[in-house]
Amino acid sequence: MSNLRPDLAVIAANVAPGARVLDVGCGDGALMAALRDGKQADARGMELDPHNVAMCVARGLSVIQGDADVDLSFYPDASFDYAILSQTLQTTKRPDLVLDELLRIGRRAFVSFPNFAHWRVRLSLLWGGRMPVTRLLPVAWYETPNIHHVTIDDFRSLLDTRGVKVEEAWFLTGDKRISAAAANFRAEHAVFLLSR
Amino acid sequence: MASTAQSLSNQVLDLATPLPLDGGQSLDGVRIAYETCGTLNPDKSNAILICHALTGDQYVASSHPITGKPGWWARMVGPGKPIDTGRFYVICANVLGSCMGSTGPASAAADGQPYGMRFPVITIRDMVRAQIALLDTLGIAQLHAVVGGSMGGMQALSLAANFPDRAAAALAIASTARHSAQNIAFHEVGRQAIMADPKWQGGDYYASGTSPDAGLAVARMAAHITYLSEEGMHEKFGRRLQDRSAKTFGFDADFQVESYLRHQGLSFTDRFDANSYLYITRAMDYFDLAEEHGGRLADAFAKTTARVCLVSFDTDWLYPTAESRGIAHALNAAGAPVSFVELSAPYGHDSFLLDVPALDRVVEGFLGA
Repeated sequence: MSNLRPDLAVIAANVAPGARVLDVGCGDGALMAALRDGKQADARGMELDPHNVAMCVARGLSVIQGDADVDLSFYPDASFDYAILSQTLQTTKRPDLVLDELLRIGRRAFVSFPNFAHWRVRLSLLWGGRMPVTRLLPVAWYETPNIHHVTIDDFRSLLDTRGVKVEEAWFLTGDKRISAAAANFRAEHAVFLLSR
Repeated sequence: MASTAQSLSNQVLDLATPLPLDGGQSLDGVRIAYETCGTLNPDKSNAILICHALTGDQYVASSHPITGKPGWWARMVGPGKPIDTGRFYVICANVLGSCMGSTGPASAAADGQPYGMRFPVITIRDMVRAQIALLDTLGIAQLHAVVGGSMGGMQALSLAANFPDRAAAALAIASTARHSAQNIAFHEVGRQAIMADPKWQGGDYYASGTSPDAGLAVARMAAHITYLSEEGMHEKFGRRLQDRSAKTFGFDADFQVESYLRHQGLSFTDRFDANSYLYITRAMDYFDLAEEHGGRLADAFAKTTARVCLVSFDTDWLYPTAESRGIAHALNAAGAPVSFVELSAPYGHDSFLLDVPALDRVVEGFLGA
């Protein structure tokens, strides 16, 4: 699992062995493969990009081509131990509704996203006066798939209004975990484990 | 087609017991013609059953005895190919109701005369029952996978739903779980073309030395249009003229597309029986996997433990992506491990037979897993 993206490595390390997992926006299936091989998980995936789906199927993974905004409604309630949404929340049309769907389908949900309130982003906006283009947000505003930029504090406030419980949270800068202190300022990346 | 199909196949199985049919009857003396390639391993765990489409046959990777053309899926099946016969034992049987050696309307009934329209109306599930009977004879308790495109995909889905312990994996390409009104409509045009041909003679044409080739050719022409995409057709033919520099102001095949379709229709009559075309299109029209299981598609897969993979093509308007996606959702609801992908290819429904490298990767990866 060492080659996983840092947020995926956090998720992979914290999934219970043998769990049933739905990875929404599973990309090329790296996390699913790690969970299958390292945690003997029954992992299923959903992915928008057909090339990625084909790659997953070629790896022997069960992945359906679908859109988190549309196709989650076809999954039965509580059919997974975990629903995972890594680096995808900010690309959905309605992140709030997608969050509801994750917690309907999964008993618990992992959600990871880039923190738009990281100091580097703030500086870029404050001094440059332009939408930030950083390591984690590398694409210009007009072509970024990130249509709903979100900060850690924004996300916490959404969780409050939706009555969602935070079971655990991890904050990352680069590959390193950092403490929760001033995470909204210091963390490039957040991973939340949620339940209702 | 007036040949004796029984002599065509290398391998035949004569069922010792009558085959029960969805229509309530049962069929005596069923013969199944099939081809195999590769070697069955000692524990009989490496068998892949390939189910052919409407006008396909058992010659999946070996050359066709009438046309001499390479097997219809030779690009997919063979040593080192995505369905690797160096690793898998591939079985392909001519479907019940067809005309390439398996029992169909051209076969002799108990009175020694061809069935003609006395042949019972069969279903996709009946075809699958015949496939299962073949597996029983070969001693194959569980297939590594059942694979099919178009009507072959319907059989793969039907097998996974109705005989859930007989396949560890099912792959349905460019297929559907039920025929739509539009699908039925196109088939009805084809059937009416056959029946309107005076040479059809109520289906009792075998002894007359003639057959409803004109009707069958028109049926094939109409169907062939549905296998291509508009874009693909335009690219292949445009409005180009056939061997002439100007329109003739007549009804000869001025356009290349007309000439092509006429050729497709005519050459089809050399290798296919008109009554088989009636019966098999009927079986496809009757196919509705949800209806067989109380109206809910997820219930059809309630006992399915097989890994299932569904592939659609973005230019296929015969069985469009929504059909495969619906099946994927039903399998998800049933908790079965399912994959679904829409691939981009310009050839319409026929894409499953043609050069689509992404399909090769999906097939190889899914079967190899």
